Amino acid sequence: MEIPSIVGAGLIVIGAGMGIGRIGGSAMDAIARQPEASGKIQTAMLIAAALIEGIGFAALFAA
Amino acid sequence: MRSKLTIRLITLLFFLLPFLSMAGGEKGTETDIKSEIKAYIQHHLEDTYDFGLWSYTTDEGVHEYIGFPLPVILWDNGLQVFSSSKFHHGESVAQAGDANYKLDHGKIYKTDAEGTITYDETHHATNVKPLDFSITKNVFTIMIVSLLLFFVFSRMAKTYKTNSIPSGIGRILEPIVLYVRDDIAIPNIGKKHYKRYMSYLLTVFFFVWTINLLGLTPLGINVTNNIAVTFCLAMLTYLITTFTAKKDYWMHIFWMPGVPKLMRLVLAPIELLGTFIKPFSLMIRLYANITAGHIVLMSLIGLMFIFKSWLGSSLSFVLAFGLGILELLVAALQAYIFTMLSALYFGSAVEEHDHDHAH
Repeated sequence: MEIPSIVGAGLIVIGAGMGIGRIGGSAMDAIARQPEASGKIQTAMLIAAALIEGIGFAALFAA
Repeated sequence: MRSKLTIRLITLLFFLLPFLSMAGGEKGTETDIKSEIKAYIQHHLEDTYDFGLWSYTTDEGVHEYIGFPLPVILWDNGLQVFSSSKFHHGESVAQAGDANYKLDHGKIYKTDAEGTITYDETHHATNVKPLDFSITKNVFTIMIVSLLLFFVFSRMAKTYKTNSIPSGIGRILEPIVLYVRDDIAIPNIGKKHYKRYMSYLLTVFFFVWTINLLGLTPLGINVTNNIAVTFCLAMLTYLITTFTAKKDYWMHIFWMPGVPKLMRLVLAPIELLGTFIKPFSLMIRLYANITAGHIVLMSLIGLMFIFKSWLGSSLSFVLAFGLGILELLVAALQAYIFTMLSALYFGSAVEEHDHDHAH
């Protein structure tokens, strides 16, 4: 039985979405606690999101 | 300042634009639209040997192309230079000297006078391919963009000789350059060593941003869509990291302090692999983001032609428009991320810290 590759693609999207969603959530909590640090938090959030998306895309090409 | 009524009229007309997308759906009802769209998208992602702006089919069924051909430079036991117009967009065999070449799926193969191409089982051509140094569309675009950036920035640098406040184009670019220095370079590399890397970081940032933006225009320029281009950019980062790294960097890879000796032997190959994987991920990230964005955008536009109805086409147009705006953000973001991660890798290469305490 062959698992179609589109199922793999769906799993990858779930994983990447959950990861980036968690980062966004904790970033928003942190900004709510300390609004003056929002610039640094935003930067760190973007870096983490880009790294996760990098893995997501690499896996998406394999699938 | 225009009156409010004018602004509201213009906005209303703008939002009525989607309904124009119903037009022009009658042609091509015999051919399979989906495969035509797929071929179109595939053609847009490839690199071509001529700078074709657009093409259309006249009523007699003749293909007309608007654009100009670029030179083809091959090394096939001797230098062969000819114009790519000899290929006639893949329909004829080009003769240069006594060798014949034919375009097949965007690659040049050496054939005989009739242009026979032998295929193997996996439908790949098995003819001989000469070494290809041609100026293709991607190479041409890279050259134009680098010349453009060079002229813009050298003009900006010249205005600094007379007064320290920039004028002209420098007014827009100076805050961006300062942003790259203060928020990307110095926090990651440190105040002591950042100056050496600034030229590379600035170049990569503006180059990637400009090329990403150009990919969104209707000219069909797709430089970062090409994995070879992003491979070269990532390789430059890797080479700079390797050749300007200090002793601490290599110590941390091969013989980390504070770790039991047997563990070091186990971790060293993994760390070495890590030095390759980090630029590799840079390459994949840029390539995949831009390519995926283009594919989705073109598919949505193709969806407009598949629906051919009042509601579906206009909704697809609005979706494609929204996605285009997102692509603008992605263009800038990917340039920023590439530069930021490169700075991070340079920082880890030159950072020096005291080893009084165990890590």
